[in-house]
Amino acid sequence: MKIEIITPDKRIFEGEIKSVRVPGKKGSFQVLKDHAPIISTLENGPVRMIDQGDKEIIYEISGGVIEVKANKIILLADSVS
Amino acid sequence: MANLKAIRIRITSFKSTRQITSAMKMVSAAKLRKAQDKIVRLRPYAIKLHELLIDVSLSLADSEVENIYGRVASPEKVLIVVVTSNRGLCGAFNTNVINETRRVISEEYADQLRKGNLSLLTIGKKGFDYFRKQKIKMLPEQNNLFNDLTFENVTIIAEQIMSSFALSEYDRVVLIYNQFKNAAVQNLTNEVFLPVETVPSGKIITTPTDYIYEPDKEEIIQELIPKSLKIQFYKAVLDSFVAEHGARMTAMHKATDNATALIRDMTLQYNKARQATITNQILEVVSGAEALKG
Repeated sequence: MKIEIITPDKRIFEGEIKSVRVPGKKGSFQVLKDHAPIISTLENGPVRMIDQGDKEIIYEISGGVIEVKANKIILLADSVS
Repeated sequence: MANLKAIRIRITSFKSTRQITSAMKMVSAAKLRKAQDKIVRLRPYAIKLHELLIDVSLSLADSEVENIYGRVASPEKVLIVVVTSNRGLCGAFNTNVINETRRVISEEYADQLRKGNLSLLTIGKKGFDYFRKQKIKMLPEQNNLFNDLTFENVTIIAEQIMSSFALSEYDRVVLIYNQFKNAAVQNLTNEVFLPVETVPSGKIITTPTDYIYEPDKEEIIQELIPKSLKIQFYKAVLDSFVAEHGARMTAMHKATDNATALIRDMTLQYNKARQATITNQILEVVSGAEALKG
């Protein structure tokens, strides 16, 4: 799956990953390969990604939106720390 | 013919002026590049957000959304946001914005001005200094914004404006600023910031993807609209900031060229004057010798 994490100030991350867990408004959820198309708003919290080499990458975001469509994930975060 | 020393002094002063203007040009060029980077980095976010907004609003019937930022009323109370620069020496950059603002006020919002329903928010010292002397209601200026131009800082102002609009303190908010086209060209832009259209009209309707919406469409729209407004506001301020450096760079480049041309002219004059003195001196020597011979 391809993921892009973008904030207004810069592009934080772009690359291939195996899965990602995001802090959705209605609760945290995980996106794996072939996930159904979804648009969800996000709360403050951690974004945990597992990359191709099974390494975990974590970003702390404060609010945002995620769009998943045809194995392409776009995560617009308000800010990342 | 002016005397030699006076010309020499003028040449020296032109040279030092040229040094200053060319240094300022270099500084602006460096700042321009840095500021331009910011715009480039903002672009993907802005585009994606816009796409998302279209995607969601396409799958929504217009009537379903209640949008506090879309309240259309006759513009009784108007806020004009004027973005200028803090510093001068950038050609017609600030004058253009100020003139446009004056035109807009006198042509479109003269009634509101008479009733005292027109407010101005200036970002940038030059605009503030100008309009302070007029009889217009001014909001506290935001001149420090350019010292630390980040999304967070700009958002604070955008949020204030948006909440004032939501509380019906204004019926219309207009942005007037210089949009950056390239280093030499700025497009003077005058756009309505609020009220905002929910669905971009005249778009080609693609078959919307069948998304799962979490929590639900309405809430997503409620969150996306303010986000996109903030981005729009940030982009305007950033555009003006980049355009300012571009304008200053061009202005300083022209000043440097002019100084070079002046120095060339003056050097020519100086050499002519020098030649004339030498000729005179030779004449004197020769005629002196002739007289002695006689």
